[in-house]
Amino acid sequence: MSDHASPHSVGLVTPETLHVAAPMALDCGKQLCEFDLDYETYGTLNADGSNAVLVCHALSGNHHAAGRHQADDAKPGWWDKCIGPGKMIDTNRFFVVASANLGAYNGSTGPGSINPETGRHYGPDFPVVTVGDWVRAQNILRAHLGIETWAAVVGGSLGGMQVMQWAIDFPDRLRHAVVIASAPKLSAQNIAFNEIARQAIVTDPEFHAGRYYEAGVVPRRGLMLARMLGHITYLSDEAMRAKFGRDLRAGRIGYGFDVEFQVESYLRYQGESFVGRFDANTYLLMTKALDYFDPAYATGGDLAAAFGPATARFMVISFTSDWRFAPARSREIVDALVQAGKEVAYAEVASDLGHDDFLLTMPHYVNTMKAYMGRVAAEVGA
Amino acid sequence: MNTQSTPTRNGLRADLALIADWIAPGSRVLDLGCGNGTLLAHLQQTKHVRGYGLEIDPDNVIASVAAGVNVLQVDLDDGLAQFETNSFDYVVMSSAIQEVAAPNALLDDMLRIGRDSIVTFPNFAHWRLRTKIALRGVMPSSRALPNRWYDTPNIHLCTVRDFERLCQDKKAHIVRRHFVNHAHRAQAAMRLVPNLLCEIALYRLRDGRTG
Repeated sequence: MSDHASPHSVGLVTPETLHVAAPMALDCGKQLCEFDLDYETYGTLNADGSNAVLVCHALSGNHHAAGRHQADDAKPGWWDKCIGPGKMIDTNRFFVVASANLGAYNGSTGPGSINPETGRHYGPDFPVVTVGDWVRAQNILRAHLGIETWAAVVGGSLGGMQVMQWAIDFPDRLRHAVVIASAPKLSAQNIAFNEIARQAIVTDPEFHAGRYYEAGVVPRRGLMLARMLGHITYLSDEAMRAKFGRDLRAGRIGYGFDVEFQVESYLRYQGESFVGRFDANTYLLMTKALDYFDPAYATGGDLAAAFGPATARFMVISFTSDWRFAPARSREIVDALVQAGKEVAYAEVASDLGHDDFLLTMPHYVNTMKAYMGRVAAEVGA
Repeated sequence: MNTQSTPTRNGLRADLALIADWIAPGSRVLDLGCGNGTLLAHLQQTKHVRGYGLEIDPDNVIASVAAGVNVLQVDLDDGLAQFETNSFDYVVMSSAIQEVAAPNALLDDMLRIGRDSIVTFPNFAHWRLRTKIALRGVMPSSRALPNRWYDTPNIHLCTVRDFERLCQDKKAHIVRRHFVNHAHRAQAAMRLVPNLLCEIALYRLRDGRTG
C-alpha cells in the first residue's frame, strides 16, 4: 500500500488559491495592490466552525503540509508525519488549514511573480514582508473561510513566531497557541548565519541585483551555499556525528579538494536539490522576516508586556539537541508568559537530531502534542 | 493499589487533600514537583485556583497536560529565579524537598515568591526508622520511605526538629503544622511528640522578615 492510501494519511490533496484584490498595507510602509495566497485544508469543518486549526510554515516550507498532490509524488507535504487521521494534529477531529506565507515561493505572490504595475517580475522590488504581515494575510484567509476563531494556531520554528504574532495581534481569533522549537527573537548568532546566507546569494555573479529572472539564469551557487549553511544549523553536532562521522565516500583520503567526506556529499546534495525548488529572492525575504521578528521591540524589550493582549492558552515545546533555537529560547517565551499571568504549559523533549526534530515523531513529543490537542478538541467539541 | 497506603478523600490522595484544605479559593498557586497534576487540576476545578506546576519527569508532564494543568518542564535544581517576588499566594512542595540538590536555597525562593509556602516531607526521626538504625544497624526504610540506600532519590532527608530549626534560622514564621502517619491520618499522640511519632509533616510558612 502506498502511503497516501494509508489510513493515517490525508491522502491526495488539492491546493486552493485565495486572490486578494484589495491593497494590503505592509509593515515596511509599502503596499501590495493585490496578491494570491495558496492554502490546503485537511479534515472537515464542523457545523459551528469551531474545530479549525491553522498550521504555519517555516523558512523553506509552503502551504503543502500533508498528503500528496499526485499519487506518484516522491515526497508528501512537509509535516505529513504530524498531520493526518490519528496523528498528533488529528484530521479526524480538526479541520486543518495550511497557509503559505505572503511572499513564500511556490505558494504566494512573491519576488518571482509579475508586478501588475510594471509588467515585469517583482524581483528586488518585492516589498520586505514581516511575520506581522503574514499573520494579517492569514487573517484575511480566516475570514474568507468563514472561521470565527481558530481552535488552535500551530507552528514550528519560524512558524512558531507566527503563532506568537497571532496571539498578540488577533487575541480573540484563536483559543490555543502551540509554539514549537521557536524563539522570541533571533540572537546575534542567528542573524549572523542569515547574513552569510544572504551574502552567498547576493554575491553570486548570476544574481544580477535580484533581476536574474529577466537574465534567464538562477544564482545557483549562492542559493546552494545558503542552504548548505542552513542545514548545518538544523542538525545537532551529535546527529551529524552519528549520521556521517568522518566516513569517506571512496573509503580513503584523496589529498584533494573534491567531495571526500560523506557530510560534504550530503550538504552538496541538500544544496543542489534546494535550487530546483526554491527562489533566491524569496530566501532573502524569509531570512529578513526572521531577523526582524521581535514582538518585544514595541514594548521596549519587555516580552511579558508584548504578550499583554494575548488571551490564548499556550503550549510551548523545545528540543534538547536544538542549538538553533535552544530550549533556553523557549524558556524566555515561557517565563514572559508566566510573568504576564498567561496560561502556558511547557515541555522540553529529549532529542538527538537538532532543530529539525519538530518535524519528527519522538514519543514524548507526540504524546505531549496529543495530550494538548486532545484537550483542545474536547474544549471545542471536535 | 493498596488503599491503606494511599487513602483518598474526595478522590484526592489524602496528603494532597490536606494541602488543598489550606488553599483559599481563587488564589494563585505554584506547585513544585506537581507530578501528574492531580493537586492543581483538583484546585482548578473545585476552587478556581490559577497556577502553574513544575515537573521534570516527561510522563508526568504529559499527564499534567492531559489534565489541563499549566505544567512547566523544568528542573527544580536550576532554581526559581525566573519567578517574581510575591507573585503567588501559595508555593507548594509536596514530598519533594528531600529530593532536591539545594533545599535551603529552594526554601528561600519559595518564601520569596509566595505569600505562603506549604511544605510536606517524610520525617526521618520517626521511631520505626530510629529503631532500624539503632538496633539493627541498617539504613532505615519504611512505608513512607520505601527506597533502599543505593537507589533512593532522597538525598536531603530531615526530621521535624531539623526542619523547624531551619525555619527558625530563616526567620520563617510557621503559620500551621500538621502531623500524620503514612496513611495520612492524624493521631492525638503525634501532636505531643511529633518528631518521634509522625511519618509525614505538613507545614505552612510565611516569610517572617517581611511580615
